Amino acid sequence: MSDDVLISASGLSVGYRIGKGLFRHSVLKAVDNVSVHINRGSFFGLVGESGSGKTTLGRALLNAVPITAGSAIYDDGAVKYDLTAMSADELGDYRRRAQLIFQDPYAALSPRMTVRDIIAEPLEVMKITSSREETDERVREIAARCRLNLEHLRRFPHAFSGGQRQRISIARALVSRPQFIVADEAVAALDVSIQADVLNLLKQLQAEMGLTFMFISHDLSVVAHTCDHVAVMYLGRLVETAPTRQLFAAPRHPYTKALFSAIPSLNPDDRGRAQRLEGEIPSPTNQPSGCKFHTRCPHAIDRCRTEEPQLEVADGEHEVACHRWKDLFTA
Amino acid sequence: MDRLIDVENLTLQFRTDEGLITAVENVSFSLNRGEVMGLVGESGSGKSVTAKALMHLNASNAVYSPESRITLHTDSGTIDVLSLTRAADLKVVRGGAISMIFQEPMASFAPSISIGKQMVEQLQLHAEMSKAQAREISIEMLDRVGISDPSSRVDQYAFELSGGMRQRAMIAMALSTKPRLLIADEPTTALDVTIQAQVIDLMKELVDEFNMGIIFITHDLGVVAQTADKVSVMYLGRLIEEGPVREVIQDPRHPYTKGLLAALPRLDDLDAPLTPVPGDIPSPLERPRGCVFNTRCGDVVGDACSATVPLEEWIDPAHRVSCHIYAGQGAS
Repeated sequence: MSDDVLISASGLSVGYRIGKGLFRHSVLKAVDNVSVHINRGSFFGLVGESGSGKTTLGRALLNAVPITAGSAIYDDGAVKYDLTAMSADELGDYRRRAQLIFQDPYAALSPRMTVRDIIAEPLEVMKITSSREETDERVREIAARCRLNLEHLRRFPHAFSGGQRQRISIARALVSRPQFIVADEAVAALDVSIQADVLNLLKQLQAEMGLTFMFISHDLSVVAHTCDHVAVMYLGRLVETAPTRQLFAAPRHPYTKALFSAIPSLNPDDRGRAQRLEGEIPSPTNQPSGCKFHTRCPHAIDRCRTEEPQLEVADGEHEVACHRWKDLFTA
Repeated sequence: MDRLIDVENLTLQFRTDEGLITAVENVSFSLNRGEVMGLVGESGSGKSVTAKALMHLNASNAVYSPESRITLHTDSGTIDVLSLTRAADLKVVRGGAISMIFQEPMASFAPSISIGKQMVEQLQLHAEMSKAQAREISIEMLDRVGISDPSSRVDQYAFELSGGMRQRAMIAMALSTKPRLLIADEPTTALDVTIQAQVIDLMKELVDEFNMGIIFITHDLGVVAQTADKVSVMYLGRLIEEGPVREVIQDPRHPYTKGLLAALPRLDDLDAPLTPVPGDIPSPLERPRGCVFNTRCGDVVGDACSATVPLEEWIDPAHRVSCHIYAGQGAS
């Protein structure tokens, strides 16, 4: 593993037992055999439809859901952890180093706490600071970085707009000085102007504080603008991963291609030009055989129905899991 | 073209503990049959309140100004919507001539009554027909919106359908009474992009087939570009710009419309910075004097902006804008 990789997962799976009984239960694999590397200081995008496993993968890398198979290594230079085998102390330390920003800034903040207390809570819970003065100092510092002033800290969340609330959530996530942030649909609930403001803030904080982001989003335009590397998930599998520009310029997987084609274009003259994907993502409890995408893929052949394709290198860092990428999109 | 609805000088305030709050101020627009209008703006701009006013559906603390007038044109004559008070008269408008679909289809269906039963109930409310006939029409509509195996789906409950299917069922229910006007309030916002594309295609087909008018409320300008004929932009209760979709998106005139477009991440230019409109939308309790946008506007042209409400200028026959920059440049 090279020095600049922060998170390295290989063959990672997260399964849930569903149904009752010792023999009658089945396993729902929300994330299945995913291998992924996230470089230090990168803004790593994770896209896919609802039910594709994006959120579960994000949570697994935070060690917030149990990893059922495979491995995940975190290495920030100061410490190195195997996420599948951590002591309680290590886990406590990892919580400080890896944080989550939620989608809904209305649900994520307690209405009964002042903004100061909301931001200070992680410091107190994780016993990072030893005095109230130190806590206040840390809170003021991160609040200023997130463009919140002292006046804001005394108020309660209800007094704030959606954009301001999301800045409070960000300050809370960053106050423990983490290295790794999972932002799960962090701008999805915001108006477009506020979304632009929050995205700019995240990029600025990343540069100033040397953070690594996993940015989970269903909005491909947002991902294209903020992320330097993108991974596409479908039904728990990684189907394609590449540097952002390479992926948007030349998607190789038919699913990625269909996703891009479904983005409503700002140009009214593009009407009717899009290639439409039929049907919906299948239920994870009843997965198709072979390539999971074959039930919706316009290019599926017999081999796709029986044999599951593995990720292979298409071009440099561009990897794709499709039996037919070579004959479909090499032009 | 057949005129469908005229909204004139719509001003709507809500009586609250903190005083009268202005939600919509002096909004006028018209829509023809077969026309799709995109209604865009941030949260709090008054889009949904305007749409609900068309069905006289706002909460009981709503106060309409005496100048407000909404005229609905039907085959059996015109209806002055805001003058309706009796439930029987309102029924002709609500769910009859005008139907509405909402963002969250799970919240729009009753969870413990089958989809079919809800569709039958609505049909029987609006037209003389037997249960069997109504069920027949419901199955036909479900089939029409692309739900497979409609004769068994009709007996399912909302939770048994996926998000996309639920929104299709919602559309089927809204259209089963053959309304003249469909109001779609963020109908694709909760859907995945591939499903959104399917629903948009479906809605476009249905406009042609039924020759309806659609008011498409959305914050997504891409969705507007792909569906609407014309766009109306609202800010803090005012309609600040309206025009043909191509003109408004490719050559926006109002500084706010320009700001919305500059804030949008565009796939055709990944290097373009995302420029937010500075500041937050003001509280409706503190509406700015003069032009409502002047507190956030980067193009203030003088004292007029904070003193007087800009007149509406028709900068070409189909494109109007309310901004002091264009004062005297068009026909007011």
